[in-house]
Amino acid sequence: MKQLGTVLLSRQPFSEIVIGNTAIVRAMIETGTRVVTSYPGSPTPEIAEAIKSIPHDERPFYFEFSTNEKVATEVAYGASVNGHLSCVFFKSVGLNVAADTFVQLGHMNLTGGMVIVWGDDPGAHSSQNEQDNRHFALLSYTPVLEPATPAEVYSFYKEAARISVEKGMPVVLRLTTHVCHQKEKVSFGGWDPTPWDKTPRFDPKNGPYIPITTEVFPMKRRALKRLAELSAAFDASPMNRSEDHKNRDRGIITFGTTYLSLMDVLRGVKKRPDILKLGTIHPLPTGLIQAFLESHREVKILEELDAVIEPQIKALAYDKGIANRISGKRDAEEWIGEYTPDKVHGILRREWPDLLPERPPRPEGRPYAPKRPAQMCPGCGHRSAFYAIKKALAATDIKVGDIGCHSLGFLPPYNMNELLMCMGASVPMGSGLSLFQTERKVVAFLGDSTFFHAGLPGIVNAIFNRHRVTLILMENGTTAMTGHQDHPAVGKNFNEITEAIPVRRVLEGLGVKHIFEVDAYQQGKLIELVKQAVEIPEFSVVIAKHPCMLKYMREQRRKPDFKEKQVMVPPELCDGVHECVEKFACPTFTRLPNGKVTVNTDLCIGDGSCIQTCPSKAIKPKA
Amino acid sequence: MNTNIYITGVGGQGIGMLAEALIRAADHAGLAVKGVDTHGLAQRGGIVVSHLRIGDEVYSPLIPEGDADIAVALERHEALRALNGFVKDGGTLVWYDTVWQPLEVRVGAAPEVARETVAEECERRTVKNVRVRVDDLPDTRMQNIALMAAICREGLIPGIKKEHYEAAMGDLMEGRMLEKNRALFARLIG
Repeated sequence: MKQLGTVLLSRQPFSEIVIGNTAIVRAMIETGTRVVTSYPGSPTPEIAEAIKSIPHDERPFYFEFSTNEKVATEVAYGASVNGHLSCVFFKSVGLNVAADTFVQLGHMNLTGGMVIVWGDDPGAHSSQNEQDNRHFALLSYTPVLEPATPAEVYSFYKEAARISVEKGMPVVLRLTTHVCHQKEKVSFGGWDPTPWDKTPRFDPKNGPYIPITTEVFPMKRRALKRLAELSAAFDASPMNRSEDHKNRDRGIITFGTTYLSLMDVLRGVKKRPDILKLGTIHPLPTGLIQAFLESHREVKILEELDAVIEPQIKALAYDKGIANRISGKRDAEEWIGEYTPDKVHGILRREWPDLLPERPPRPEGRPYAPKRPAQMCPGCGHRSAFYAIKKALAATDIKVGDIGCHSLGFLPPYNMNELLMCMGASVPMGSGLSLFQTERKVVAFLGDSTFFHAGLPGIVNAIFNRHRVTLILMENGTTAMTGHQDHPAVGKNFNEITEAIPVRRVLEGLGVKHIFEVDAYQQGKLIELVKQAVEIPEFSVVIAKHPCMLKYMREQRRKPDFKEKQVMVPPELCDGVHECVEKFACPTFTRLPNGKVTVNTDLCIGDGSCIQTCPSKAIKPKA
Repeated sequence: MNTNIYITGVGGQGIGMLAEALIRAADHAGLAVKGVDTHGLAQRGGIVVSHLRIGDEVYSPLIPEGDADIAVALERHEALRALNGFVKDGGTLVWYDTVWQPLEVRVGAAPEVARETVAEECERRTVKNVRVRVDDLPDTRMQNIALMAAICREGLIPGIKKEHYEAAMGDLMEGRMLEKNRALFARLIG
């Protein structure tokens, strides 16, 4: 078996099939990146999985999962001004959390260098929106490089690190979901480890590091000057390249995975447009773009998500007096969704109907495949909790959700989250909903990792301003949705055993007077406690805890004395009430054509949380 | 000549492992290959999809709709969904015949897809139907290896041979797990 950790530490050049999220770790190693921080969020957590494959004592850099993206950014910043090349990575919306610090970085002299890795999510595969973080590049005067493939992730990271160290400025590497998870064989260079200099080199003279009024303008001026210098340097960068098909009529400017889609779509096309594939997205290589505009009668800007480079390119053409036709987005639909080969085909057909053949319409009349939304796993404590809490509340009560596996509670048959915004928003949104009224009780859900990430300020606010909200803390002992990362209440961090910060003790320390705690499988007691809590005329908390069963079962299965447990439904006991399939809705329960229910033996883990739900008492532990 | 392989199933069925084994087998066979897995929310009991594209002229890891030469499905409903959305007429569907009822079926809003429906639709669309079901599988989590064995036995992916699949398994597993999976693979390819 290939051991990823060993492969990543190879001194010799090698090639290996990797995803983008793995390729980046080799680049961190080769560049001498010394401090890496993150908060888990799709599409980036596999970067940490690759880091974890390297044993702690062999890892040539420090890594931590911080409590949120802002904290992670600040830790990486502190390390950088102390002389260490640092890197922070997080998902698209993580930048909203980190923004307060991130927007300042461009003003600073980052003596060690710092690479910020964004995992943007065109298509909103695993995020609450598909925000285009390139807007933040303009806002913060930060350069952005965008690779299209794992091979480019590797080489662009090295380039980002080089620029950052050389100029003392932050450089962003913008990845997207299908760059992070794209797999291909990448050729890696050798690695000659340099000694790890741990000397604290922070010196205020390298600053200013205090952005007060008198200093802000010079700092901003320096940021803009660095960008202007980079724009000129990018004209000659191999990260930007043109593909000359000797077509002086039509050219296309594009970047990222859209370039890959474009190349696939153009396969077999006789008169291919020339292509300018950008790797430096901000600042744009204006000299290169000007030359491309001047040498093509028509230029299409093929840009996934928002029109960010389009207005800049059009402004450049105006300033330079270029009158050639430049075409960007034609309607709102071109701002929406991932630029897959299918989408790019449609866009190019609209632009140049003669370029590509029409595709046959989607055939109709195919047999219906029933929908399969994501759902909670067999044995999930959240299912047991939602099933019970639904019985404790009136239909008109307001149920506010938060981010995490328990977000899935919005789905039928539970319908338990009626609003959802972002990390930690449930209690404050619930506070707003509770104003002026008591007739509709307000219940806010929150997970334990989110509690520490952004939950605390909203909770403190609810106590401080005396909001009548019941928080139901869905404590499963891990950051489950993103792959079971440890959080402050667990008792270990990424590297070592640490003192746990139990959520209950935090709440008590904050002065919460009404805290109830129950295992989520104890449905009767949970119902009773929630009924009691919502009647209290001030902030109250019900901790509904049960370990994440996906994680628990994985750990159990590794044990040599592990014995498989399951439940069964003897057909003679099943009255076809369907409480288990329709209301409790564990995916294990399967509907038979005769109206009875059976247990899917591929899925059942024998947790037994279902047994109490059957009015006919037909669910039995399998002997 | 490119070969597009669309791999799908329900989160928890071992789609990631199967996709990784196939991409490595292609690489061991000396073929140029690209792929991408879907991650995130889908892992929680939803649909998991992995795209695999073999050939020298492949750029995007994503297979266009209706352009898969082969679909590999680990579950019956997902086999039908892949057939509807991705398999070319004249292509191949290789699927493991187990059922993990989707929500709509469990709540009684839609009927379970019948084995015959998949077979009839394959016939109508001239898609080669390779149904796999091993009744004495030592572990349900080995359904993915049963499918890989069927792909090997039927020679479904041009250029990839038995030894390449075996080498891929060796890259990804060790110890007892490797022994068990190799033994099953050897038995099923006959």
